[in-house]
Amino acid sequence: MEPSIPLRIAYAFVSLAVITVYGLLLIGSMARISAKVQGRVGQPVWQPFIDIIKSSGKRNSISHGIMFWLGPVFRLAGGVGTYMFVPAVLGSVVFQNFSMSGDLLLVMYFIFFGQLGMALGASEGGHPYSAIGVSRGLAQMTAFEVPFALSIISIAVQYGTLDITKIVMAQQGGWQHWTLFTNPLAVVAAMIAFLGMSMHNPFSVVIAPQEIPIGPPTEYQSNLLGMLQTNRAVFNGAKLVLYMNLFFGGATNVPVMVVKTFLIYFINIFVGQAFPRFRVDQSIRFFLGVPTLIGIAAVVFIAF
Amino acid sequence: MRTIPADIAERFEVGPLVEKRADLSTLDVDSKDVPELLARLRDRHGYRHLSFATATDLFEEGVFVLTYMLHNHEERHSLGVKCRIGRENATMESCHLLWEQMWTYQREMKELFGIDFPGSPRVDESFVLEGWIDIPPMRREFDTREYSERTFPTRPGRSTKDPATHMKEKLYPEAL
Amino acid sequence: MSDMKFTRALADPDHALKPAGRPGPLGKPLVLANDGLPEEEKAWFCDAYPTASGPYKGILENFLNWARSKSLWILGFGTGCGAIELRPLMTSRFDMYRFGIQPRPTPRQSSVFVIGGYASVKTLKRIVRSYEQMMGPKFVVALGSCTINGGMYWDSYNTINAIEHYIPVDVYIAGCMPRPEALLAGFKELQRKIRRGECEGAVKYAENFEWYKANQKKVIHDWNMPDYNY
Repeated sequence: MEPSIPLRIAYAFVSLAVITVYGLLLIGSMARISAKVQGRVGQPVWQPFIDIIKSSGKRNSISHGIMFWLGPVFRLAGGVGTYMFVPAVLGSVVFQNFSMSGDLLLVMYFIFFGQLGMALGASEGGHPYSAIGVSRGLAQMTAFEVPFALSIISIAVQYGTLDITKIVMAQQGGWQHWTLFTNPLAVVAAMIAFLGMSMHNPFSVVIAPQEIPIGPPTEYQSNLLGMLQTNRAVFNGAKLVLYMNLFFGGATNVPVMVVKTFLIYFINIFVGQAFPRFRVDQSIRFFLGVPTLIGIAAVVFIAF
Repeated sequence: MRTIPADIAERFEVGPLVEKRADLSTLDVDSKDVPELLARLRDRHGYRHLSFATATDLFEEGVFVLTYMLHNHEERHSLGVKCRIGRENATMESCHLLWEQMWTYQREMKELFGIDFPGSPRVDESFVLEGWIDIPPMRREFDTREYSERTFPTRPGRSTKDPATHMKEKLYPEAL
Repeated sequence: MSDMKFTRALADPDHALKPAGRPGPLGKPLVLANDGLPEEEKAWFCDAYPTASGPYKGILENFLNWARSKSLWILGFGTGCGAIELRPLMTSRFDMYRFGIQPRPTPRQSSVFVIGGYASVKTLKRIVRSYEQMMGPKFVVALGSCTINGGMYWDSYNTINAIEHYIPVDVYIAGCMPRPEALLAGFKELQRKIRRGECEGAVKYAENFEWYKANQKKVIHDWNMPDYNY
C-alpha cells in the first residue's frame, strides 16, 4: 500500500533524522578509531553532537553577503538531496525515501551540487585559503568523477537501468548476486573514487591541515559552521547508502544497513591511517591513471 | 699560526691578527677599507660565507664596533673583520652587493643601533620592532628598565631577589 | 634619514591615549572602528563597534555553557615559547581530545585563545586582531609567568608585562614553562568556570572597549589596522 504524500514527507524527515544521528555517530566513532591507531584515547563518540550544539550556540556571527550565507545552504541541500533519492533500506516504508522519483543521474548531480554551491559561497569570504581550497576541491572532484562515472556506466549497462531501486532488487537473493562479485572491476574503480570523495588521507588536499589550514570553510563560523558539520554527517550517510545499494547488495533492514555502511566507511580510515597525504598534482594524476583504466576495463568487460 | 696574507697586508692598514681559537681569528681594519677587504677575502682567500654581521656599542669610547664574521669552508676557519665607527651620526658603507643577505643584517643594525647604511635595500623599514618611536634600544644610553616601567603597566606585588644573596641565604644561612 | 638625531619622541607620555576620532557623548573620546587606517582605506573595513551580546538566563544558557565547556577549540596561533607545550598536549601522551579540546586553524571557528608566554608588541598586534575576529563567547588562557607579570622579560623594552591590560583573560597558568599536566589542570578549571557561567570575556571586552583600546594604542605605535577587526 502506497502511503499518502504527507505521510511520505513525514517519513522522509524521520529517515533524515536517523541518518543525521547515525552519520554523526559514525564520524565520532571513526575519529576514535583513528585515535586508537595513533595510540590515543580519543574524543568521545558523541563529540560531533556537542560541537554542533556549541557552534550553533555562538552569540554572534558575521556574514560576507548573501552568497556566503547560501554556500552552506547549497551544501546541505546537496547532502539532503543525495540522500532523499536513495532507498536507505529496501522495502521499508519509512526508509525508502523518494527513491521512486529519482534515478542515478539525479543522485550523481546532487553529489556535486553541494561542492559547487560551497565553491560560490566560500570564495565570497575573501580568504585566500578558501579560494585555494575550492580550486583544489573542484580539480580533485573532476578527477575522481572519471572513474566514478565509468563505474556507473558499467553498472547501468550491466543492469540495463538507472533506477537505483531496480539495481538493488537485482542484487537480492544472496551475496553472490552483489555487484561486488558480478562486476568487481566497477566496484574497485568506484571504491577508489569513494576514497577521493570522502577526502580522507591520502586525498585530503581540500581541507589539508598544516597546509592551507582548513580550506574552503575558513571564514565560516557559528550557525553556518554548524550547518556544514550537520551536512558532513548527512552527506557521508547518503554516499554510504548509495554505495551500499549500488555495489554491496543494499539492505533489507536497519541493522544490516548499519553494519554494511560502517564497513564501507571503515575502508576510508583503513587507507587514511596507512598513507600520508598526496600533493594536489599527485592526487589528480592518480585518479586519471590506474582507476580510470580500471573503470574503462569495467565498461568494456560488461559491454562485450 | 696564521698570518695576514701578504696582498692584504700591503694594500690595507690592518691591525694584528688575533687568534681566539684554532678556528676563529679576528682582524682589525679601518672602516673605509671594509668593503674592499671583504671582497678580496671573499674572492681570493676562500671566505665565501657570511656568517653574520653585528655591532657592539662601546659607549665609554664613543664608538660602535662592527663585526663581519666570514667563514672559509675549505679551511674550516672563521675570520671576524672588525672596524670602528663613531657613535655620533653613525654611518657605514653598505656591503649588500657582496652578499645578498647582508641587507637584512644592515636593516637590523639600523633599527637596533641606529647605524645608517645608505643605499642598502629596505634599510629604513622596521625589522623586529614595529612602530618604534624611542631611541634605538640596543644603544647603551637606552634604559630598557626605565622604558619598560614607563610603557608597560605591571601587576603590583612583584618582588625581585638578588640571586647571589638569595642563594647564600638559602644554602649558607650561618655565613650571614 | 642620514640625520641621526635621536630625540625622545615620547615627550608627550600619553599621546596614544588621545584617539584620533572626534569626542563622543559624555565627553568620552569616541573611537571609530577604522580610525587607525589611512583615509583611502577606511571604506574597505566595516566600522562596527563590538556589541555586548550578554548571557541569556536560565536552563538554555546552562545547557549551552555545558556544551561550550565540552567543546573547546583552541586557536592554532602559538604566540610565544609556551606554544611548544601544546604539542605534547595534543599527541598520545596527554591527549587533550579526551576532553573535547582540539586545535582549530582559524579564529572564526575557535573559542579558546591560548597566549603562549611572552607577547612582544609586534605579536600583541596580531593577538588583538585574532582575538577580535573570534566569535563570542570566547575564552583566553594565558600560560606562563610572562603573561602574568612579565616573567623573565619584566624589564624588556619589547614585551608587555600583563596581558590582561590588552585582552580579558579567563585562566592563568603559572610556571615557566607550565608542564602539560598544568595545562590540563588549567583547561579543566576553564571548563568549570564556563559551566558556572563566569567566562564572559567577550562581554567584558565590549563593555570596556575604550579602556582596552587605549591600552593597546599606548604600546602599539604604528596602528595601521581598524580599531575593531571584526
